Amino acid sequence: MTPPEPFLGDTVHTPVRHHILSVLVENKAGVLARIAGMFARRGFNIYSLAVAPAESDARFSRVTIVVDAESAPLEQIVGQLDKLVNVVAITDLSPQDALERELLLATVPVDDASRGRLLDLAAGAGASIVDVDGAALTVMLAGTPGACDALERSLESFPDVELHRTGRVALPRLGRTATHEE
Amino acid sequence: MQLTGAQALIKSLEQQGVDTVFGLPGGAILPVYDPLLDSSLRHILVRHEQGAGHMAEGYAQATGRPGVAMVTSGPGATNIVTPITNAHMDSTPLVVITGQVATASIGLDAFQECDITGITMGVTKHNFLVQSAHELPRAVAAAFHLATTGRPGPVLIDVPKDVAQSTMDWWYPATVDEYDLPGYRPTIELDEDDLDRAVALIAASRRPVLYVGGGTLKSRASAELLAFAERTRIPVVTTLMARGAFPDSHHQHLGMPGMHGTYAAVIAMQRSDLLLTLGARFDDRVTGRIASFAPDAKVVHVDIDRAEFGKIRRPDVALQTDVATALRAFDQAGARPQPLDDWWREIDEWRERYPLTYEEPEVDGPLRPQHVIQAIAETAESGTIVASGVGQHQMWAAQYWPFEEPNTWINSGGAGTMGFGVPAAIGAKVGRPDRTVWCIDGDGCFQMTAQELVTARSEGIPIKVAILNNAYLGMVRQWQEMFYDERYSEVYLSPDLPDYVKWAEAMGCVGLRATNVKEMADVIDEANAITDVPVVIDFRTDASEKVFPMVPAGASNDDIMVHPSQRGAR
Ligand SMILES: Cc1ncc(C[n+]2csc(CCOP(=O)(O)OP(=O)(O)O)c2C)c(N)n1
Ligand SMILES: [Mg+2]
Repeated sequence: MTPPEPFLGDTVHTPVRHHILSVLVENKAGVLARIAGMFARRGFNIYSLAVAPAESDARFSRVTIVVDAESAPLEQIVGQLDKLVNVVAITDLSPQDALERELLLATVPVDDASRGRLLDLAAGAGASIVDVDGAALTVMLAGTPGACDALERSLESFPDVELHRTGRVALPRLGRTATHEE
Repeated sequence: MQLTGAQALIKSLEQQGVDTVFGLPGGAILPVYDPLLDSSLRHILVRHEQGAGHMAEGYAQATGRPGVAMVTSGPGATNIVTPITNAHMDSTPLVVITGQVATASIGLDAFQECDITGITMGVTKHNFLVQSAHELPRAVAAAFHLATTGRPGPVLIDVPKDVAQSTMDWWYPATVDEYDLPGYRPTIELDEDDLDRAVALIAASRRPVLYVGGGTLKSRASAELLAFAERTRIPVVTTLMARGAFPDSHHQHLGMPGMHGTYAAVIAMQRSDLLLTLGARFDDRVTGRIASFAPDAKVVHVDIDRAEFGKIRRPDVALQTDVATALRAFDQAGARPQPLDDWWREIDEWRERYPLTYEEPEVDGPLRPQHVIQAIAETAESGTIVASGVGQHQMWAAQYWPFEEPNTWINSGGAGTMGFGVPAAIGAKVGRPDRTVWCIDGDGCFQMTAQELVTARSEGIPIKVAILNNAYLGMVRQWQEMFYDERYSEVYLSPDLPDYVKWAEAMGCVGLRATNVKEMADVIDEANAITDVPVVIDFRTDASEKVFPMVPAGASNDDIMVHPSQRGAR
């Protein structure tokens, strides 16, 4: 397997060479610990990790892992992951072939002076306002990791922001193929 | 048929063809020990759970069949973590059954609760916490399947007490499909293109070396190796884990590579243009400083575990298959290197110039450990199995014992577990009662697990133990002498404390002692004549003796240090 070309990352939170592994695992107790433990044990870096029940079959879950392909060769990471008995299939998406999305939620305290500025900023970023009270607004953005990064940076000018990001999920872009490891 | 979980567990082991279980009972595993009384399984009651694990490993290494150990929860389970780790490092098939507190108590810090599946996640091939009696047969079948296929390794089954006590309708999975292992596919088709590329690399090579690792033994590929080696005349080195995979007496065998390998084996790899790597993993003990290891060599890497490819050294061709399959494919393709006469001339010169050597012992002086090993080997019947601890004595045993057959060398390679020898020898003897089993042990190692000789005596397992008593943690002493300015820190043990002869006798064994060459020959004869009880011999050896050749840790293999008597000649 030849590793795809290095990708110059578009976000502050992801390494220059990252890969997205979409990993189908058995939905059993401790599976996430097995994966996380293996990464820690082998010194492989995880940038983000998202888990959800698999689309088609309740026996499985899908784990989307963004890995640092600088910390170890991708074949090593995939090879060691594949050895975990509960790992059923691994799809390797290189960033240029992947459609990546992430969810950002931020609660931003505002006063009369700053409210308008936040609303403008949110509108400009394509974020929506999902909760409101007199002292704060909650902003939501579902977008590319780069768009989430940009919004996060813009929000640094507001004090006491509480911000959460989900880590990304990904699918192959239409017409592109991913490397499947059964 | 209604069975309790405990009965189902024992019946499942019988179903797997298990004949022996090494273990020690306690609260959480108590229900399982009751149906054991009515079973055909032989249970060997150990004196410490570490012993059970190493015995199961010795059994597995000697027979090629998985070893089985059973212990209780909490401290029983943690006591067997060292052997599990050891088996993981050496890819030894093991099935370990641990008792667990009742499911309702898990997570509540109940008496003797411990998260053994969590603890062993990183040192098992896989583990199971069984949730119901119905699931037990599946867990057992899956555990044996996992332990013995693909790259073998230890598998742990954690059985909560209530699971053992509840009832189930007996069933047993009939096929692999019922094991519920959707992510496990151990067998892979050999890739024909890769095979062609490997054959082409062999055809181009002028200085090939067969770098034979433990995977060759796991794949039972000794016959294929002999055939391929003889047809191609390619020189062979066998790693610490592969001793016995190729006969030492064969003229194509250069010996063991690595930190304490023979000069010819180490340097042949360094100068090689092709390493035909068979079930070996470029361990740091073999490669020395990796950046300067075999710099001109192309690498064909045969391994069942693809994660080994490029982990340490990038292969030019990787063949994910077992060693026997690969060797048969090479033969079928007629793989053959360039004429090797020049290569053999070079190698023979190295062999002649730097054979393994040591100084003859003085008549009444302390014994030479290498001499003791050779003397035992000379009188041992063919097929004798040798186990060892970890340290200098292990390296001398690997260097000087003439291995001719697979599965006759039982040792702790990847983990380097002191105390492995005595219990592993016991397990080997249980698995191969027809064979003589010697344990070449160190005085330090012996003190770690000697109590299992009580097990050996009471179970009628007549092994022979040769303690190479140098009164030191000798390997550590050697490093302190050579690399820490002879500043000896916490390595002295005393030759007389404990009194090994009395200790052996207290454990129901025969205890013997030899302090010079004459006594050595006598006690070996005496030990050979005893076949009903274990024998322990305290051989008083020279504390200053060091293992050579040696590649210092982190040094290049080119900087191999030969025996002092051979220096200056280079
Ligand atoms: C459990 C364990 N503790 C410590 C070590 C480090 N160690 C490696 S060899 C050795 C000395 C072994 O002494 P002995 O059994 O007398 O063998 P010798 O080297 O003297 O032949 C030690 C302490 C180890 N390998 N395993
Ligand atoms: Mg010693």
